[in-house]
Amino acid sequence: MSSLRETKFQRILNTLEKNSVPLLFGVIVIFGIPLSGYSLNYLGQEIVVRIARNSFLIIALLVPIMAGMGLNFGMTLGAMAGQIGLIFIADWKIIGIPGMVLAMIISTPLSILLGWLCGKILNMAKGREMVTSYIIGFFINGVYQLIVLYGMGSVIPIKNSSLVLPRGYGIRNTVNLIKIRKVFDNLIVIKLFGISFPIATFLLIAALCLFIIWFRKTKLGQDMRAVGQDMEVARAAGIKVEHTRILSVIISTVLAGYGMIVYLQNIGTLNTYNSHMQIGMFSIAALLVGGATVNKANIGNVFLGVTLFHLMFIVSPTAGKNLIGEAQLGEYFRVFVSYGVITLALVLYEIRKRRDADRSGRLLAQNQMDQREILE
Amino acid sequence: MNKVKEFIKSFGWPRIIISLFLLSLFIIAPFVGVSISTSLSDTIVRFGMNGVMVLAMVPMIQSGCGLNFGLPLGIIAGLLGGTMAIEFNFLGQSSFLMAIVFATPFALLLGYGYGKLLNKVKGSEMMIATYVGFSSVAFMCIMWLLLPYSHPTMVWGYAGKGLRTTISVEGFYLHTLSNFLKINIGDSFLFPTGMILFFILLSLLMWAFFHTKRGTAMTAVGSNAVFAKASGIDVDKTRTLSVMMSTWLGAVGILVYQQSFGFIQLYMGPFYMALPAVSAILIGGAAVNKASIVNVIVGTFLFQGILTMTPSVMNSMIHTDMSEVIRIVVSNGMILYALTRKSEATQ
Repeated sequence: MSSLRETKFQRILNTLEKNSVPLLFGVIVIFGIPLSGYSLNYLGQEIVVRIARNSFLIIALLVPIMAGMGLNFGMTLGAMAGQIGLIFIADWKIIGIPGMVLAMIISTPLSILLGWLCGKILNMAKGREMVTSYIIGFFINGVYQLIVLYGMGSVIPIKNSSLVLPRGYGIRNTVNLIKIRKVFDNLIVIKLFGISFPIATFLLIAALCLFIIWFRKTKLGQDMRAVGQDMEVARAAGIKVEHTRILSVIISTVLAGYGMIVYLQNIGTLNTYNSHMQIGMFSIAALLVGGATVNKANIGNVFLGVTLFHLMFIVSPTAGKNLIGEAQLGEYFRVFVSYGVITLALVLYEIRKRRDADRSGRLLAQNQMDQREILE
Repeated sequence: MNKVKEFIKSFGWPRIIISLFLLSLFIIAPFVGVSISTSLSDTIVRFGMNGVMVLAMVPMIQSGCGLNFGLPLGIIAGLLGGTMAIEFNFLGQSSFLMAIVFATPFALLLGYGYGKLLNKVKGSEMMIATYVGFSSVAFMCIMWLLLPYSHPTMVWGYAGKGLRTTISVEGFYLHTLSNFLKINIGDSFLFPTGMILFFILLSLLMWAFFHTKRGTAMTAVGSNAVFAKASGIDVDKTRTLSVMMSTWLGAVGILVYQQSFGFIQLYMGPFYMALPAVSAILIGGAAVNKASIVNVIVGTFLFQGILTMTPSVMNSMIHTDMSEVIRIVVSNGMILYALTRKSEATQ
């Protein structure tokens, strides 16, 4: 393959544009850190905590991107399954690591069912998977509320009355997870430079990364990438396209369920009706900040994204307060940036898709010109 | 029998189920002690409040830009218009007119930019529209704090700056339209004639527009962009025009909503306002690329009817308010149904 002849300036511009989102964030963070006045030690500790807390959830997004289904806004489905698992173990008073594992076991069949449903619906809406998965998140949230707010305690037995609303059924707004709070994070802790690292969680995340790397090389992983490249070609090559796409969503949903449990064991309280709603948005924003696009994401993007996104998240309220004297402004700023970065990344992706088509056209023209010159 | 089947097919099962559900709510209502006339009146008021925002869906759907999940952008233009009318102290009836006058340049400008953006991302308009809406709302949250508003009814009392989260429009344009020629029957039935007339006026204008040359061109772009281009229509320009229309209607829509509701809701208020409007027009029978005024009227009535009736009827029946859950499931279920219909989209 010959490459397109461009001036050096064009090439630099192209590279800059490709990495514009992480670069933009880098600039925001570089300006924000001194403004916030936080010590590097504090920031380092916060980032370590947040990498441990959020990475698992973000990695769950990688599989559907591989299969060409875009950013899986339906990961909230997995989060809901994880939360149902946590509600049950809180009710049965199963504590510590066994509690966490049991919650994961309970969440698995729920995640598989929801993922299958989500995959089925997304197959009916090819070409607009993202907006559809986004609406599925809302739709299933209604069903989740129906079950948790009306079903639990009336149809589904809940013994522990401290979980139930005073009216006799329905789960309270917050569920205390103190019994499993940080059990996994505190399993093995190493202190380095005054920062404590939750090694067990990091090992779990590392194992998941290895799984993703291994998975890319399996038959199923290869099939998914083929489907992601071109559905029709994949179908012609004998790959069951619909089946493969459903599997990718199921894997993502199950992982999101586990990720949610890891996330909530760090937080220690479950906001029964809110925790899952924001998680999709924050995970996707973080992944995009790391330089991922709708059709291309790797593990590097995850960690770069978590670091940059959460640095912005930590520093912006105090930076806003020190800069303009209003902390509220920083709060709004980070909400704006979270949404803005998703918008920017989606728009840039679409524009680049068009430009790449244009570039490959120019490359073709250049090659033909070269050939003509040789012939002459 | 065949005719019935055809009707069901064209009307769609979800719509039939929703209509039957609403009908049954109206039938049950008197038996559980819910007054029909109050419910009907509430439904009509809410219909008038939301009608224009649902109407704002039509131009973009017709021109093939899909469901306008970016409605909050239009709403922001309306909020700017409303707050400016109050800031410059236009009292009483005139403030409503001035609010529309102030909102218009913002709506056209924002709509123009938004339309240009959507032209660059053909094929994934809906996802990007959603996030344009969200980020513009979040951006305006910052702006509401910083913009130099100073009217005492709007800013925080102790700081003297930064707009409040809710601002009463009493003394300004409260019930400007609703009270115009309003009809009271008994003490429980109220018909907001002015608001409904305003909706009918805008609908007629829209209907007339779609029968002009430009309007027909818009429909042509929506049904087949390649064909439209071949017959000499400037596709991008037509799409931009449709987005500007939608945005302006969104701005006017929120002002109509506020004059009935009585409050301007700033900050995160407009955040989820697109979803009810989107699902209303879909319940009315619109598809992702095909919508009519009839869809708007039927859809808004059905959707708002359910929103009004479920809390009262369900509450008196089983003493549980499940209306929120029903609203979430019905509205998002309807959007999912529309998004997954391939045949309908390619018609």
